[in-house]
Amino acid sequence: MSVARPLPHDAAPLHVTGAARYVDDIPTPAGTLHLAFGTSAVAAGRILSMDLDAVRHAPGVVAVLTHADLPRDCDVSPAAHDEPLLADGVVHYVGQAVFLVIAESHLAARHAARLGRVEIEAGTPILTIDEALEAGSHFEGGPITWSRGDTEAALAGAPRRISGVMEIGGQEHFYLEGQAALAFPQEGGDMVVHSSSQHPTEIQHKVAHALGIPMHGVRVEVRRMGGGFGGKESQGNALAVACAVAARLTGRACKMRYDRDDDMVITGKRHDFRIAYDVGFDDEGQILGIEFTQYARCGWSQDLSLPVADRAMLHSDNAYRIPAMRIASHRLKTNTQSATAFRGFGGPQGMLGIERVMDHLAHETGLDGAEIRRRNFYAEAEAETKVGTGPGHGHKFGAAHSPKARYSERENITHYGMEVTDFILGGLTDQLLASSDYAVRRAAVEDWNAHNSILKRGIAYAPVKFGISFTLTHLNQAGALVHVYQDGSIHLNHGGTEMGQGLFQKVAQVAASRFGVDPALVRITATDTGKVPNTSATAASSGSDLNGMAAKAACDTIRDRMAECLAELHQARVEEVVFANGEVRIGTTTLPFAEAVQLCYFNRVSLSATGFYKTPDISWNRVAGRGRPFFYFAYGAAVTEVVIDTLTGENRILRADIVHDAGASLNPALDIGQVEGAYVQGAGWLTTEELVWDDAGRLRTHAPSTYKIPACSDRPDIFNVALWDGPNRAETIYRSKAVGEPPLMLGISAFLALSDACAACGSGYPDLDAPATPERVLAAVTRARQA
Amino acid sequence: MEAVAPPTRTLLDFLRDERGLTGTKEGCNEGDCGACTVMVTDEQGSRALNACILFLPQLEGKAVRTVEGIAGPNGTLHPVQEAMIARHGSQCGFCTPGFIMSMAVAHLNGETDFDDRLAGNLCRCTGYAPIIRAAEDAAEAPVPEWMTADAGAIATAPDIAGIEGAARPRTSDELAEWYLDHPDGTLIAGATDVGLWVTKDFRDLGDVAFISGCHDMQGICEEGDRLIIGATTTMSALWDRLAEPFPSYAELIRRYGSVQVRNAATIGGSIANGSPIGDNAPALIALGATLRLRCGDERREIALEDFFIEYGKQDRAPGEFVEAITIPSQAPALRCYKISKRFDQDITAVLGCFNLTIEGGIVREARIAFGGMAGIPKRARAVEAAITGKPLDAPVLANAQAAMAEDFTPLSDMRASADYRLAAARNLLARHVAEMRGEDVNVLEVRA
Repeated sequence: MSVARPLPHDAAPLHVTGAARYVDDIPTPAGTLHLAFGTSAVAAGRILSMDLDAVRHAPGVVAVLTHADLPRDCDVSPAAHDEPLLADGVVHYVGQAVFLVIAESHLAARHAARLGRVEIEAGTPILTIDEALEAGSHFEGGPITWSRGDTEAALAGAPRRISGVMEIGGQEHFYLEGQAALAFPQEGGDMVVHSSSQHPTEIQHKVAHALGIPMHGVRVEVRRMGGGFGGKESQGNALAVACAVAARLTGRACKMRYDRDDDMVITGKRHDFRIAYDVGFDDEGQILGIEFTQYARCGWSQDLSLPVADRAMLHSDNAYRIPAMRIASHRLKTNTQSATAFRGFGGPQGMLGIERVMDHLAHETGLDGAEIRRRNFYAEAEAETKVGTGPGHGHKFGAAHSPKARYSERENITHYGMEVTDFILGGLTDQLLASSDYAVRRAAVEDWNAHNSILKRGIAYAPVKFGISFTLTHLNQAGALVHVYQDGSIHLNHGGTEMGQGLFQKVAQVAASRFGVDPALVRITATDTGKVPNTSATAASSGSDLNGMAAKAACDTIRDRMAECLAELHQARVEEVVFANGEVRIGTTTLPFAEAVQLCYFNRVSLSATGFYKTPDISWNRVAGRGRPFFYFAYGAAVTEVVIDTLTGENRILRADIVHDAGASLNPALDIGQVEGAYVQGAGWLTTEELVWDDAGRLRTHAPSTYKIPACSDRPDIFNVALWDGPNRAETIYRSKAVGEPPLMLGISAFLALSDACAACGSGYPDLDAPATPERVLAAVTRARQA
Repeated sequence: MEAVAPPTRTLLDFLRDERGLTGTKEGCNEGDCGACTVMVTDEQGSRALNACILFLPQLEGKAVRTVEGIAGPNGTLHPVQEAMIARHGSQCGFCTPGFIMSMAVAHLNGETDFDDRLAGNLCRCTGYAPIIRAAEDAAEAPVPEWMTADAGAIATAPDIAGIEGAARPRTSDELAEWYLDHPDGTLIAGATDVGLWVTKDFRDLGDVAFISGCHDMQGICEEGDRLIIGATTTMSALWDRLAEPFPSYAELIRRYGSVQVRNAATIGGSIANGSPIGDNAPALIALGATLRLRCGDERREIALEDFFIEYGKQDRAPGEFVEAITIPSQAPALRCYKISKRFDQDITAVLGCFNLTIEGGIVREARIAFGGMAGIPKRARAVEAAITGKPLDAPVLANAQAAMAEDFTPLSDMRASADYRLAAARNLLARHVAEMRGEDVNVLEVRA
């Protein structure tokens, strides 16, 4: 069977030869036009006048459009209808699109876009969390509060209390391929759009809306993206709509791609957060109650901020059973880029909040960070479905404090009322602490620190429990379309998009497995709204769960039809027809797959089918904060060791050990690739990647010269990644688990290790903020020393 | 090639828009991400360069190989391509052509310091580990014969001499004459800075001269106890030559620019652009470098620290250019400490360069220069005075650290706050003292 095999990414041979086509590589007809936005230089204000003569007369310019020139409402928001394509008289952030240049070349359009003179009566922008709070600038009218248990009483009655505040920076996606779209006008007013988008159906919807035609008049194709990470869930709408509108206007193909600086200035990023906590606990380090206040800087429009902030709340427990928790979530509207989806979708910020609490708690109690976390774990699920055990499955830690022993009488229920039935972090942590030699290395770190005055090491363990499903329940559906051609080759299509995660390869392996053929027989084709309609964004890590199941359903429909036909022809029972090893066995007869297909074709069997899947057993009331929003949880844990320079705050990751739960992996090589990449991306978020806005609301870090994602040498010198060996308890495709987002949060262990290293400098709590740039680490070292 | 292209047409645009060679990608259009990496070959060998900030006239007499030419003529994959597939080194694939090029060039040249060879290629998907595994796997494989064909292709490279408005002086004399006639013109050597004026600022450069062909301004020669460095010497060439006498300065060069940038950037350009955060100037000032400036037939020699007058202003007359830099051939005490958010290929927040002569425990001579602390690269004269003639004990160190505030009033920007800069600069002095005591002070040298 081809599932579970570590096969390379289907497009790898194309990647390495430069033959893989991205939107900007698609050959375009002669006369194709190119677009660029003229953008606001002011963060908040009213447009008084626009002098665009110089733009219109610049070489190569064909047309210039403002809001007034647009034929109809061209909203480009994902939901709230609050993002006009071009500013409608008011500007809300530096970088907002104000006018659209249509020109003969990309360079001509970009150049001309700089020549506009837009006179803006500047207002007072709301830029920071504090300014937004002062101005009462909230989405949803005010904070959203969820509560479980009597938090006030738990805090008041707790033997010990700590409180604190943490600042958490945002993150630029820095997909290597910038946003891009290409529109081909068709006969009868129809439009074909190629978009670098995680959400082709939304592109179709927004383009149809802007053109004033039904969705059936728009076909959107996405072969691949050069990275997405959530940044292409909604942020591609503007380019696609602009291209479609311009293509309609000019009758010519229109292409738009953002230059890197424009991309970073215009598009949204991960939300930055401030999280305040007040924690009650006992002398054993057992948490009794937490009050969290989360402040999310959402930017100028709503975009996806509400579900992002929800997910931050949903992950405020991470792996811990907390008897009483109250969370107030402020979704703050500011005059900055509209913060958007980014791998983890608020989960990382919520999780960092509780991990910060555990870090502070460990410091306060003097307990080891791994130990105190284990004491607070949810109860481990029954062990019977755990297949096999990893090396070093010894209970080095916590046997005496096993949560089950102490708290078995308590419910294993999250703060939003969902029972945790698949918790495996106890066993997974045992394996990790053993394989990473945690206890010995912690002692070695302490010893090293005793002998070094300038450099200090730190080591930290961090677990991840991440909920899998879209919290907007209706999005948990997917479709697939499979054709088997008469030569036995298979054409596979589904609603998921390929952004590098290997989704197409995984689903192809599912399809090959269903037919018992070599994956090479399966041709993976571009995502196309004309083939599979009404798709959800490829997001929330759901790609293989949803589309794998939908493809399986489509394959099984064809396979069942074939089995029925073949059984009848060979006077066998349908159950006796077996698809395996490239052959179809019908009782005692065996046919090569292609021959069996041809036989079915001659017998007029339909060899094309759609498949559909919807995730079962989920329901969610986001207003109340109650329900079962997740089909299951994905787990993982990491141990990271770092070194810091206490004179400058410079720091490095030395080693990372990870055990991650991908269920019964569909493709271990691709899953390990996701884990490694996510860890480095998560660590980058919390270390080198710093977004800086100035007092006028201008993003000062708008290019890779100033915004530093991890480079090659920033990966851990020693980087041990293993997959947890155990199937998903939920009935997912081949019992695999989603793997896109969860491992990003393993990077939190790097941040905690830095905190540990800072703490080695003195007796005070370092109170480290993120990202832990040299400057913030030095400040934390100073705090540790001052106490 | 047609002569209609402006002299600032980039190789990347030419490849993608005119030749339809779309394997070479645009990731940042400023030389930071490496997605546009190509292999350029001339008689000095093959090297990786960023096509996005490489102007066509810079390619005169050179051969270019893109990712489309890395597999053999019959489609046989190159060993680095095979390894990248087998090791799962590509995910989204957009950075992959650039990585393949950097890997293929390193493979050709037998270079195996992969963290450095690939520091100029950003990947957002993989976390780099599988790419390094692939590079290591491929290292042992023989160089495919088609990869060595480029040297022969140079002779038949298209003649790009016809591009209008671009001068290509062959000697310092020719450059001097041209620059006198065009004092408002722009000199282009490696274009790692000027390239961005074009790709990001759409600046009109006016008349331009591509000066890398001035053979008498290239290379390093030893005269007595001095090294004379020609202004158009690339940072790669300089790194090779300085690694042995000045390991700390060489490490600074390695860190501040990627392979692709070092292969293009020149020492003269780095100084002449007057950047307050350029990393060469503080190191060279600490070394006591002098600058040879030339205007027409007039030449003058000035101390490098006197060249930088204030932010954006240098002691350079119209038509005058940097011809060479002179440094001592030995300075074993030199230490350069660069602080940035990322270790490799990042712009400095604070750079401290220390060159102390200590005899009998007493500081006899001190040359200390900082970058990122003022509008220009600048000597820390008050700090120098506070330690000269004294032992570097705790009270002297404290005094010297306090004196840092007399020398510098740094600014806050996106790289660091003023307070951090001053604190870090003071601590770099402490680091230097600790290092001289034999303490471990470098996080880059710590291993798990």
